[in-house]
Amino acid sequence: MKSPTAPDLQTGRLTPAQYAANFSDATPALTDAQARIEAERCLYCYDAPCASACPTAIDVPSFIRRIGDGNLRGAARTILEVNPLGGMCARVCPTENLCEAVCVRNTQEQRPVAIGRLQRHAVDHLMASPQAQPFTRLPDSGKRIAVVGAGPAGLACAHTLARNGHAVTLFDAHPKLGGLNEYGLARYKTPDDFAQREIAWLLSIGGITVQAPWKLESRAQLDALQADYDAIFLGLGLASTAQLGIAGEHLNGVQDAVEFIAQVRQATDLATVPVGRRVVVIGGGMTAIDAAVQARLLGASEVHCVYRRGPQAMSASRAEQEWALTHGVVLHHHLAPAEIQEAADFSGKACAVRFTEQTERDGGWSATGRSVTLAADMVLKAIGQTAGNPVLQSAGFALERGRLVTDSDGQTSRRGIWAGGDCRAGGLDLTVEAVAQGRAAALHMHATLLASPLIASA
Amino acid sequence: MATLHTTFAGIHSPNPFWLASAPPTDKAYNVHRAFEAGWGGVVWKTLGEAGPPVVNVNGPRYGALLSPDRRLLGFNNIELITDRDLEINLAEITEVKRRWPDRAVVVSIMVPCEESAWRAILPRVEATGADGIELNFGCPHGMSERGMGAAVGQVPEYIQMVTAWCKHYSRLPVIVKLTPNITDIRQPARAAKNGGADAVSLINTINSIMGVDPYSLTMQPSTAGKGSHGGYCGPAVKPIALNMVAEIGRDAVTAGLPISGIGGIANWRDAVDFLALGAGNVQVCTAAMVYGFKIVQEMASGLSDYMDEMGFTAVSQIVGKALPTVSDWKHLNLSHISKAVINQDSCIQCGRCHIACEDTSHQAITREKNGKRYFEVKEEECVGCNLCVNVCPVPECITLRDLAPGETDLRTGHSVAATHADWTTHPNNPARSPA
Repeated sequence: MKSPTAPDLQTGRLTPAQYAANFSDATPALTDAQARIEAERCLYCYDAPCASACPTAIDVPSFIRRIGDGNLRGAARTILEVNPLGGMCARVCPTENLCEAVCVRNTQEQRPVAIGRLQRHAVDHLMASPQAQPFTRLPDSGKRIAVVGAGPAGLACAHTLARNGHAVTLFDAHPKLGGLNEYGLARYKTPDDFAQREIAWLLSIGGITVQAPWKLESRAQLDALQADYDAIFLGLGLASTAQLGIAGEHLNGVQDAVEFIAQVRQATDLATVPVGRRVVVIGGGMTAIDAAVQARLLGASEVHCVYRRGPQAMSASRAEQEWALTHGVVLHHHLAPAEIQEAADFSGKACAVRFTEQTERDGGWSATGRSVTLAADMVLKAIGQTAGNPVLQSAGFALERGRLVTDSDGQTSRRGIWAGGDCRAGGLDLTVEAVAQGRAAALHMHATLLASPLIASA
Repeated sequence: MATLHTTFAGIHSPNPFWLASAPPTDKAYNVHRAFEAGWGGVVWKTLGEAGPPVVNVNGPRYGALLSPDRRLLGFNNIELITDRDLEINLAEITEVKRRWPDRAVVVSIMVPCEESAWRAILPRVEATGADGIELNFGCPHGMSERGMGAAVGQVPEYIQMVTAWCKHYSRLPVIVKLTPNITDIRQPARAAKNGGADAVSLINTINSIMGVDPYSLTMQPSTAGKGSHGGYCGPAVKPIALNMVAEIGRDAVTAGLPISGIGGIANWRDAVDFLALGAGNVQVCTAAMVYGFKIVQEMASGLSDYMDEMGFTAVSQIVGKALPTVSDWKHLNLSHISKAVINQDSCIQCGRCHIACEDTSHQAITREKNGKRYFEVKEEECVGCNLCVNVCPVPECITLRDLAPGETDLRTGHSVAATHADWTTHPNNPARSPA
């Protein structure tokens, strides 16, 4: 089916000043005075619910108390002791679903303590200080460990292992380390190159050798690593975006949202990133929201974020949905993609997406028969990532829907190989959870390799 | 509507709020502004004897104890008495009193402990038309090193002697301002009374050092690397002042002696505290120095509404009302049993009551119920100490319930007695009086 409207996909829709304003810090840093006052709101709860709600079990009351006491270094140490990526988590954690959701101030004042922003305040202070690395390494253990994948899980694992005296080689397929921290987050969430600054801080512990780009492409590579190293940690992430499986997916102007986000993030000049005048984002997760909002901020005049189920089922948090609405993104629900339509001039460009309306009936979903067509110069697919890396299958790992099956310590079915982050089955796909898994695996690897007491138990 | 008009030691003022002798009352400019804002009276900043005036440091005179959001909790100063010439002060007092005849103008005085010095200054003060004098026996810094201020206030015999001189050489009402830097406030108060004082005012400031700069390890505040102790005032000192006011109010020797209450008064509730414990009016300094003179309007408004609500028509009806409730420990009713109660509807589950009780008191608050976070008082352990009430961040969430006579105290298993029984007759008291 052809549409009469000419597609409009362009670069440079805005002035340099507009780009700069649109992509500045989404949540500005607290001033010292703001942080002091906010810290004072913390009640220093007994057996604090916020700490229990944190996947990395940060002792939130302690670090906030230390901020209130003017001891920012001590506050940062409390955070980084259990969450070496506390700086990034402070920026990207869905705190409204975790620590801040259970803050007792919600009950009393309908407003939680701004735990995430306070965490950022403490960690930023430490990282900007002359002695930014508060930790020292234990003496050389003589053990060599390969960490494959330098995303949140791999970085947390590598830092924890290095602290415990092990020699770590950190492999990553991309030229820059960081994984989704570097390539997969909206630009306004981590401005000023924070991901790379945090990585520099993590590596400053010493004992970590970086090998990148290095891609795990065969079982033989894995076997060779196992021969060369005392243990391996896999933090591979997820490789490819799921396909819609509908007509028109190949058309120009149709792009993976993950790829679009990476492009926006990596652009040295945002004026070189093309964006449609009308953009349709398909999906209901954080990636969909990040893509949709950034499309608007690049100058798209109309952005629709379309999800096949209801608002409650969206994996984007309520705060993220509101963030999108605030930025003029139109959210649609109960619409399943049926077809991407080609422009009338047969140029191979996408010009619209047709959706079929869905309704929930008897516990299942079915089409109502009604359909909706949204004009689109650009279509971004954000319906989730699949496990991808085919090496895992051939290397004989136990997998669950393409992801590695592990025990609670992160050990895979192959002896001597641990895993964490998105490539591990059964998670929430959260940065903070990947960090928790990377650290927990590191501590277990350490215990297993040395059968010695843990130095950094939470 | 209630009238706030007050007569204190024979001195009339349209309301009971006076500015204490301090920087805000150092000169006519300030006092005019204070009266324009509505202050009922002022105690003019302390005059010294004729001749070259004292000098102040040119570094910090003030230091503060602040909450994290910088609300001022306590305040410290090392300013001396007026550093302006006596003649200028007397001329200004005369002019101010002439312009504000309905307001109280009391003049604070501090001269050496010699009869001639007092005899010289008293007629000159009286000539200004001022309504009364206040003897500064309280200033704890600087002047006390020269044998004045608190140095006099710490020796009851001197207080009595100087007070008597003042009564002898002046017709004005004499208010003796007392220092809290003593062990028993009743002694100087009795001395004042014996000397013929018309009233006492208290408290003056408390000897204090605000802190140390942790990086230079220098005491704060300091002038060119050295500091000396200051006088502490502001909201933090109120409980100390209230106790001293009540002690004088219920002492047989001084009972009925008018008291001008001073110490951390920042709102109408603070004023009611002082009045109910026996003060006939109140003096304010710190609150004015923090917020400016307009603050008196909020104090007066609050006091007036409170009096209407309570059916009081005059301030004097509040004075001393709570004094009969102040007692010695030995007379407290040991038959009385209170137990804490946590209102589960308003509990926010912070757990502060639990950890405070568990770690530091009587292990009388649970932390979970059926595997869930839940804070509840265990009456069989609770002694009614009130710690949980004080640490709870939610107003009225935890309260004390008084057990009715006949109810069983689950902690002791005894029935609550209806009769009063105190330490004086308690079997554990070796010095008990026979029942």
